[in-house]
Amino acid sequence: MSKHTEVELTLPALPQGWEAEGNFKALGKVTKATERSIEPVGPHFLAHARRARHKRTFSEDDKIQAEKNVKKVEDDDSGEISEPEDPMMLSRDAKDWKAQDHYAVLGLSKYRYKATEEQIKRAHRKKVLRHHPDKKAAAGSTEDDGFFKCIQKATEVLLDPVKRRQFDSVDERAEVEPPSKKLAKGDKFYKLWAAVFKAEGRFSRTQPVPKFGDANSTQEVVEDFYNFFYTFDSWRSFEYQDEDVPDDNENRDQKRHVEKKNNNARKKKKTEDSARLRNLVDQAMAGDERIKKFRQEASAAKNKKKNDKEAAAKKAVEDAKAKKEADAQAAKDAEEKAKVDKEQGKKAKEAAKAAVKKNKRVLKGSVKDANYFADGAPDAKVIDAVLNDVEIVQGKIDPDEIAALAGKLNGLKVKDEVKAVWSEEVKRLIGAGKLKDGEVKTLV
Amino acid sequence: MATTEATTNGTMPNDRHTIGISFGNSNNSIAIAVDDKAEVIANEDGDRQIPAILSYVEGEEYTGQQAKAQLIRNSKNTVAYFRDFLGQDFASIDPTHSHASAHPQEHESTVAFNIQDKADSETSTVTVSEVATRLFKRLAQSASDYSGKTVNSAVITIPTNFSDKQKAALITAANNADLEVLQLIHEPIAAVLAYDAKNEHSGSDKVVVVADLGGTRSDVAVVAARNGIYTILATAHDYEFAGTALDVVLQDHFAKEFIKWNTTDPREEARSMAKLKLESEATKKALSIGTNANFSVESLAEGADFSSTINRLRYEMIARKVFDGFSRLIEGAVKKADLDVLDIDEVILSGGTSHTPKIARNMQSLFPKATVLAPSTTPTAINPSELQARGAALQANLIQEYEAEDIEQSTHAAVTTVKHLTNAIGVLSADDVFTPIIAAETAVPARRTIHISAPAAGDVLIKIVEGGSHIKISTIEPKPKDEADSDDSDDDSDEEPEEQREKVWKVGTVLAEASIKGIKKCGKVEVMINVAADLAVTVTAREVGGKGGLRGNITAP
Repeated sequence: MSKHTEVELTLPALPQGWEAEGNFKALGKVTKATERSIEPVGPHFLAHARRARHKRTFSEDDKIQAEKNVKKVEDDDSGEISEPEDPMMLSRDAKDWKAQDHYAVLGLSKYRYKATEEQIKRAHRKKVLRHHPDKKAAAGSTEDDGFFKCIQKATEVLLDPVKRRQFDSVDERAEVEPPSKKLAKGDKFYKLWAAVFKAEGRFSRTQPVPKFGDANSTQEVVEDFYNFFYTFDSWRSFEYQDEDVPDDNENRDQKRHVEKKNNNARKKKKTEDSARLRNLVDQAMAGDERIKKFRQEASAAKNKKKNDKEAAAKKAVEDAKAKKEADAQAAKDAEEKAKVDKEQGKKAKEAAKAAVKKNKRVLKGSVKDANYFADGAPDAKVIDAVLNDVEIVQGKIDPDEIAALAGKLNGLKVKDEVKAVWSEEVKRLIGAGKLKDGEVKTLV
Repeated sequence: MATTEATTNGTMPNDRHTIGISFGNSNNSIAIAVDDKAEVIANEDGDRQIPAILSYVEGEEYTGQQAKAQLIRNSKNTVAYFRDFLGQDFASIDPTHSHASAHPQEHESTVAFNIQDKADSETSTVTVSEVATRLFKRLAQSASDYSGKTVNSAVITIPTNFSDKQKAALITAANNADLEVLQLIHEPIAAVLAYDAKNEHSGSDKVVVVADLGGTRSDVAVVAARNGIYTILATAHDYEFAGTALDVVLQDHFAKEFIKWNTTDPREEARSMAKLKLESEATKKALSIGTNANFSVESLAEGADFSSTINRLRYEMIARKVFDGFSRLIEGAVKKADLDVLDIDEVILSGGTSHTPKIARNMQSLFPKATVLAPSTTPTAINPSELQARGAALQANLIQEYEAEDIEQSTHAAVTTVKHLTNAIGVLSADDVFTPIIAAETAVPARRTIHISAPAAGDVLIKIVEGGSHIKISTIEPKPKDEADSDDSDDDSDEEPEEQREKVWKVGTVLAEASIKGIKKCGKVEVMINVAADLAVTVTAREVGGKGGLRGNITAP
């Protein structure tokens, strides 16, 4: 075969170190193939047949073997209608088609809104094969095509997407009644309500519809579910229950009137339906143990927070109070202490004062004891001068030194000894620069 | 397929004069192939679409258009729409379409009609097989008259869901008309063959959707064509959305028009209904060609004449539901084959209803990547009504030299059942992009060769991998509005993000690696992959014009 296809593409460069025997490496195997039947038609098939046969003849057994493996592309058209036909339904009048259950007529009542177009077509065909009036007439029975018309009407409705939606909208048999509170208890609650909402979900414009879940669903799942149904976008409409609009060209006013009435009725029903669904969701939510559980959990968490907060606040208040009290106590203590100190200081001061007075008396007494350093009876002038000097010295030194000096002078009665102490003191003071030389002559 | 090919009148291959017959419920057509070119033969009335109707007026037999006219006056002795009754028991037939003609009856485990086919006034019971035989005789006669030789063998097309019993019944009916049935071929394949014989590059790999929209049924087949080998991947059949459904739309339309001026409903009276039906069909056909069509019937009901016109737009509007039904059916078949609309390379519209321009337009929008082969979209398209007969004639031409036994052995299931690749096999480019060499669903053994240009000199790596396709959906954000010309623009409404679907390849198992060293600048690499019947793969690669090359084997799984 010289035929080849040109391909525009860049081949990857050989990676470093790529090595293989004969420059070829087998790495994988082709995925298992499907057995299919090729069509024995055309020149290329002839070539194939030639190659395949190689002068061999095939037996019937080979054929059976080969056919067994072939993947089926043709659907099985046979098969019985599984649903028994209700004799009441068979005697229906097609004129009353609005009240008829189209799915039941076609034997699809267990599929209902879930039936595919293919299923409907097949079901229709099966029903036609069984109920065609020409066949009945041929079999000798009376010409009764009532049910056949029902079949035709059902197919017409169900094969038209718009009409089918209208019918599905009001298909009460597909609805699941909400369970009573008594019935929906424990695990049954989830099973029963899930069925209700699964049926309701068929009207949703947004698919897929979230699942109802079970007792162990997480809060997120449950909340998603309820949010979805509280903001439900429904395609449900109620044209199917319209009153028949009278045929055109008869009475235009009447026609318009009926149309208007129908429109209002549709709107009303739609509103009612929304309310009904909302009510349903409310009902489910009210009985939903999960919601209660989540609420309790949430409130427990919230309470915990609140309690913590309160305790903290209380503690803060108490702490503040305690601190305040402590502060007050401390202030009081300090005050008292200050008072005591003050009193004690006063006492000490008084004591010191007394001591100073006493010492001063000792000092003055000492010079008196030394007979004012005079020999014989001292005259007033000498006394005056000595006392004056003692006063000066006293003024120059602080109470401690006075006390020390008094200590030294205490008990001394001899004139010279007293004089020596005073003279020493005066010298010390002159040395310290507190007294000027010659200021206190009498005591030197 | 057909093992019951009768050899009762085993004509020697040399004496064969063969035609292709498209044997339908509503219409038949016959074609003859001369030198690989097929031609559809007109009967003595000049019709290439011969209504599959047989009518008897005082012992005289009429077929085709003449018989169809008898549906009005002589419906009881006119047999129509009977092809699907062949080989069936009474319980499993749908008599709907025969309501306005002779009614089928149960007769000894088969179906029959009570008609007066003799000059005397006695009615006789004619089995459906006998009716078919009579019709085959007429068809063969027409072909013989045209070619000047006695036609004695034929290839006949059948729907893909014909059971073995139906096939056997059809062959018996043809044999009784002195026609040897060389082979029964599937209708969609005949249509593909008719197109592929016309194209030189028929060997290409493609996925074809054949929508055979007939009068009473629509059949869709998804066919993988791989180098001239055809495999049906999925089929869908429908008995609601077909040509007659469009007729009914027009019937209802004109009946309502009629009621506006008259008091009676023409649909309530059998003869009026027959007239309405015939004229509606004619109007429908006219609307496929022109944009306006007349509808006029003399004495439609109560002796009142009726004439009206309809334009194509109105027709397309009132028949929209049926058109949508066609689209859904065809899309459903593609889904059934596990494919996406983007996987389809070609859509062949076959059957009389395919003339309708609206259907071709719908197909074009449904399959944006595919070529729609219909008269209104492709000027070179073959007449959809003739496709099957042409295909049958081409096949007849191809196999007429073979012995009957030879044909039977070649169409044996042991020959036709072969493995088909699940995934495509191809090579990886430098940036890991997969390029298929052998497509998925290719029958093995298969061999494909590609040439890859290597712009740079040096050593290259050839990676042989499996690839699967999947559909990537990306949304395109609406373009940000240009500030400059946003003066009071009124196109705000269509600013929704648009979804774009595109087919991308996913790299699967790596099968092998190979290297070619020292390629010259601007050289080319030839890679040939040969998959044997047991899925063992042989890879050969070489530089075009270079010496040597390499060869490697991957063992069968």
